[in-house]
Amino acid sequence: MSSRQPIWSCDKNLPSDLDAGHGCIEELMAAIEKAGWEGRDVFHIQMAIEEAVVNAIEHGNKRDPSKLVHVVFNVFDDLVTLSVTDQGQGFDHHNVADPTVEEHLDQPRGRGVMLIRELMTEAKYNDKGNSVWMRKEKSASEN
Amino acid sequence: MATYRRITVMEDGGVSIVRFVDKKIVDSGTIEQLGEELSALVTVEKKNMLLLNFDSVEFMSSAALNKLISLNKKVKDAAGRLKLACLRPEIEEVFRITRLDRVFDLRKTQEDALAAFKL
Repeated sequence: MSSRQPIWSCDKNLPSDLDAGHGCIEELMAAIEKAGWEGRDVFHIQMAIEEAVVNAIEHGNKRDPSKLVHVVFNVFDDLVTLSVTDQGQGFDHHNVADPTVEEHLDQPRGRGVMLIRELMTEAKYNDKGNSVWMRKEKSASEN
Repeated sequence: MATYRRITVMEDGGVSIVRFVDKKIVDSGTIEQLGEELSALVTVEKKNMLLLNFDSVEFMSSAALNKLISLNKKVKDAAGRLKLACLRPEIEEVFRITRLDRVFDLRKTQEDALAAFKL
């Protein structure tokens, strides 16, 4: 984690509501573009944070209005760090069925976790599986 | 022809060319409605030769991918064919990472896709 001051940061609790989640993501993406990020990196970050926030609201908190999603976003000129924590039961992130094997290709689950891992520079879940932390370093070609 | 809110449909030589109204397909209500409209094309309007043109789509979530997977099954059940065209490179990368490029027939341009229906 960088000790520098971020250009933009956000630390807030969201209700388990997709409109609130998307509103927060829009703020993040606007800050990222304002900080000079562009192209594939922006797409990758948006895909990862969409999956993380929607998973937290829908599968973690199961849209329970009494539960919150805690998000912490930090935007630097060459690094973005994001964490998303729900108040659900978590999941066994070590044993998510591989969505790319032939028999799972037409199944709906598991793609979000895979995309987060593939598109971000690093992604880590806590043991319980109700919190994901990820970072994206700016691609060399886009510096 | 039915009225749709999330898609537009144009016929070309027996192929239904579908374009998307939304640049970003992320909102859950939008995705549900999109899924219903795509499904209705096959199950209600009995269209089974579908070309999805993504030229206006800048972003889509994995929930939207699930609707495409569901559509693909319906088209196959109707003994039809489904082709996707004009995906921007970032979205094509998502298909590649998830291996969905093995499930869907992805074509660079609408013309390529239309020609592929005639093969």
